[in-house]
Amino acid sequence: MDSAEKYPKPQGNPETVKFWEQTAEGKFLIKRCIACGEAHYFPRSICPFCFSDKTVWEESSGEGEIYSFSLMRKSASGPYAIGYVTLKEGPSLLTNFVDCDMAKLKIGQKVKVVFKTTDGAPLPFFTPV
Amino acid sequence: MAAGNDLSIKGKAYIAGIFEHPTRHAPDKSTAQLHAEVAKGALEDAGLTRADIDGYFCAGDAPGGVMAMADYLGLKVRHFDSTDTGGCSYLVHLGHAAEAIAAGKCSIALITLAGKPRTGVMPPRASGAEADFEAAYGATTHNVYGMCAMRHMHEFGTTSTQLAWIKVAASHHAQHNPHAMLRDVVTVEDVLNSPMISDPLHRLDCCVVTDGGGALIVTTEAIARSLKKPLVRLIGHGEALKGPRGGKDLDLTYSAGVWSGPRAFEEAGVTPGDIKYASIYDSFTITVLMQLEDLGFCRKGEGGKFVADGNLISGVGKLPFNTDGGGLCSNHPVNRGGMTKIIEAVRQLRGQAHPKVQVPNCDLAIAHGTGGLLGIRHAASTCILERV
Repeated sequence: MDSAEKYPKPQGNPETVKFWEQTAEGKFLIKRCIACGEAHYFPRSICPFCFSDKTVWEESSGEGEIYSFSLMRKSASGPYAIGYVTLKEGPSLLTNFVDCDMAKLKIGQKVKVVFKTTDGAPLPFFTPV
Repeated sequence: MAAGNDLSIKGKAYIAGIFEHPTRHAPDKSTAQLHAEVAKGALEDAGLTRADIDGYFCAGDAPGGVMAMADYLGLKVRHFDSTDTGGCSYLVHLGHAAEAIAAGKCSIALITLAGKPRTGVMPPRASGAEADFEAAYGATTHNVYGMCAMRHMHEFGTTSTQLAWIKVAASHHAQHNPHAMLRDVVTVEDVLNSPMISDPLHRLDCCVVTDGGGALIVTTEAIARSLKKPLVRLIGHGEALKGPRGGKDLDLTYSAGVWSGPRAFEEAGVTPGDIKYASIYDSFTITVLMQLEDLGFCRKGEGGKFVADGNLISGVGKLPFNTDGGGLCSNHPVNRGGMTKIIEAVRQLRGQAHPKVQVPNCDLAIAHGTGGLLGIRHAASTCILERV
């Protein structure tokens, strides 16, 4: 796929700059609150569950399973598979499934993170294990 | 007091004027002009004039927002609200207008919606803090509602045939609406044989794209009684927001309607079983199925069985819905369905729906919708309306 054309460059901000720095190193970061113990995504400085500011960066295993998906066929740039992945660490996130036969995706299927280079920072995608 | 207590909006606001623009394609008009035309139509329906308006409500479809729109319309108001929650904004506005009227902040409120997505003019969707982490993945209404349908099928065994019945029912109603964009009656097979847009949603699972708009006049009991229209009042309203909240609360099988619905029913003092007619936002077939479950018309997971075999067709099934043809067949101005949901509910309560779809003795109706993206962040608003 021609990722550079298809995907917009993340704008970044002081709250999330570390996430984008680490994607360049091939690392997929999530946030965890050390007050309540819960992990969350996308990253916030204040925990969305207990509202503590004791949140820390954590490298995710990048492993999870497909919660739901849809193969979008009406697209000028060709079909793509959007979906939600539930990470081993708990949080679910929106993504696209790449490097796979999109017609064979299934809810519950095991997937792992892969990074695709764009014209900005690399973006996290998922692919079946 | 006959109508509720002081801390409730129950029975304190009346819908005295409605207008749905007859156009479905308006390349020759401006968006602001459409807002003015629907405002004029609703005022004429109510028998009021522009100078009577002292409250104004509009959402993100109003060019320049409430300040520019009020100036364009020449309004001088003492209360305004530009809450934008996508397609259900106008159902939220109706509840908020009732609050303002109950509190004496205004006495004649105008609510407008208009726009031209069919011509190709749409305001951009606002993005939040999630943008960097989600925008690249191409979430659209089609594929996000597709993900909801996919998960619903996975958990509850809901089928494409069951979803198709929702479109079939809408088309049975639309055949009687001369303004409907799609007036042909379709079958389950027609829906299943239409092209797949975003699995598992076919083209005919999707609503129409139309230019147009609508408007409401909401007022006090005393003013409503001084006018010539049948009396229709709001007796319950609920609103709610839902999102994945850090990825922990993601559950695509239910919407914020599970909270807005019970709030509205409790305030109204009625139950889903009492409802004679239902306007349910139908951006997609799955939207209707999930909302019927969330509002308590059937149990979660049983929406498929509930909508099948014509149960939503007026004169045939137990719950007549969207008797104007809804967004699936008639009209979906600005890709926002909340306004037309209220308007058809008022027509039913006035006894002014098309005779072929009019529900006999329709004295209690619900108008409900969601806004935003059902599979991601969205709002829901529920209005219970009564004929006095």
